[in-house]
Amino acid sequence: MNTITDAQLIDFIYREAELIDALQLQDWEALFTDDGHYWMPLTHGQTDPILQGSLMYEDKMLLKIRVERFFGKRTFSQQPHTRCHHLLQAPRVIARDDTAGTYRCRTAFHYVETRLDEQSLFAGWATHDLVQQGGQLRIQLKRVDLLNCDAALPNIQLFM
Amino acid sequence: MGRYANNPAAIRALVRESEVHKDTYIDAELFELEMEHLFANTWVYVGHASQVPNKGDFYTTTVGTEPVVMVRHSDDSIRVLFNRCPHKGVKVAAETCGNTGKFFRCPYHAWTFKTDGSLLSIPLKKGYENTGLECCEASGGMAAVQAVHVYRDFVFCRLNPEGVSFDAFFGQSLSTIDNMVDRSPEGKLQIVGGVLRYINRCNWKMLVDNQTDTTHPMVAHESSAGTAAAAWAKAPPGTPKPMAVEVFTPFVSPYEFFEEMGIRVWPNGHGHTGVGKSIHSDYSDIPGYQEAMVTAYGEERAHAILSENRHNTIYFPNLTMKGPVQTMRVFKPIAVDKTLVESWAFRLVGAPDLLLERTLMYNRLINAPTSVVAHDDTEVYERAQEALHSRGRDWMNLCRLYDAGEPRDAAHFETNGTNELQMRNQMRAWAHYMTVGMSEQPQGSAT
Repeated sequence: MNTITDAQLIDFIYREAELIDALQLQDWEALFTDDGHYWMPLTHGQTDPILQGSLMYEDKMLLKIRVERFFGKRTFSQQPHTRCHHLLQAPRVIARDDTAGTYRCRTAFHYVETRLDEQSLFAGWATHDLVQQGGQLRIQLKRVDLLNCDAALPNIQLFM
Repeated sequence: MGRYANNPAAIRALVRESEVHKDTYIDAELFELEMEHLFANTWVYVGHASQVPNKGDFYTTTVGTEPVVMVRHSDDSIRVLFNRCPHKGVKVAAETCGNTGKFFRCPYHAWTFKTDGSLLSIPLKKGYENTGLECCEASGGMAAVQAVHVYRDFVFCRLNPEGVSFDAFFGQSLSTIDNMVDRSPEGKLQIVGGVLRYINRCNWKMLVDNQTDTTHPMVAHESSAGTAAAAWAKAPPGTPKPMAVEVFTPFVSPYEFFEEMGIRVWPNGHGHTGVGKSIHSDYSDIPGYQEAMVTAYGEERAHAILSENRHNTIYFPNLTMKGPVQTMRVFKPIAVDKTLVESWAFRLVGAPDLLLERTLMYNRLINAPTSVVAHDDTEVYERAQEALHSRGRDWMNLCRLYDAGEPRDAAHFETNGTNELQMRNQMRAWAHYMTVGMSEQPQGSAT
């Protein structure tokens, strides 16, 4: 197991957000482990993604479907495409286990999604559970806690 | 001066046999009249008894655009109050839910009200001595909605004190609620898991129309459900079918499937798709569930309950339900071009957790602000809301499988699942409940 520095973890998180903003979504989805999940809880402090409602709780298969659909020819709600922008506060490494090669980072963010003349601003915190696999960092779980997760929301079409 | 207020003939003329005038979706005056008449003359869903299990428990919501609070009164009955202090008009209960104890207290001047709405106390009461307050409207406290009906824990109200009775309004359509409740081995539902709330920038009726529109899924949802079906087709043989694939793929069933699925309409604008079978018919068995149902109801009855797999049931005007997956949506009108969707989930009390897992997965995959299925629906609603303003055409078409002899008041009627009959049924009810009791002012008589 290579030693991973805080700077490498932080750089990974910036790069992950850049991939989404650049709509390199296949490359982004490939960052997840085979059993990885993208989770957007419906309430603050939520601990259960299965028997409580969530805005999203997607495994790798669902993420692949979502990404493939985004570029599909018959995806009418993506003609034209949605664009997005992440503004990240400096990520903090809040837990690490070098022996197991697992790390947890927390990042406050502002996220903007836009399509046609509409633009929406979201704020929240991302928690990344990262794991070292075959010398690469991978996302085991990306948890996105929206500040207004319980509000009446507009469509959210991309990834925070 | 509007064109439609006090002009029932003009309103009725918006609904032809198989066409609806665009104004019903884009005219702000008609929206105001809907709030004043349609949402007051009909029985509108308020909430579920499981949200207010204990005395003093309350839940705040809207009926049409009017704020109300549903509360468990000291006698254990459920009351619905207009959520407005009679003093200065402040909304009394602000939280979505909570327990108010024995009384509500207005945050402005501390007037208090019993949970039936009656005025309990006013600070510095001597200031009202000999003022005639007892003759003022305010002495009546928070106004209570008089027509409230709880049916198997579903709470409905009719804002107008007079009007059609609950039983006459819903008739046999209550069988959808019955089936969902009966799917619990204990005959009991609980609202759980939180509510998904999202805004569509379109008229509320577009969402209602869409519920029984069975010729759009294979078109609008090809991008999502079709992609899921294609991904599943590439899975190695023997791979267990994921729950999400079971949820997605029926949306891209062929036209013939939806034709055979059937549609049933009831009077007063209610109806449902999926008479004999539906997109919810072929979900995997949940271990332990069948056994619990047979134990509770016996073999024959359990089989009958679980064989009823209705797709979407419309409770006109703005409630829709999916019994076989235990989900429910309320389409809350906000403005002529703005609607709040609320997606609710039910637990079948006494059933395995895996059913609730499927219910919650269904809601977030299909009926959520983050749903790739809902995104394509929203897209067409919002395009329609914009393009209906075109002067090129004035009417929306509801002609599919129209028959001049189709029944208007039959207790129930079943037909081809791609018939747009339910949309016509809704709009016929719309014209009726918009205009019943509306006073008619002679037009152009004042000179």
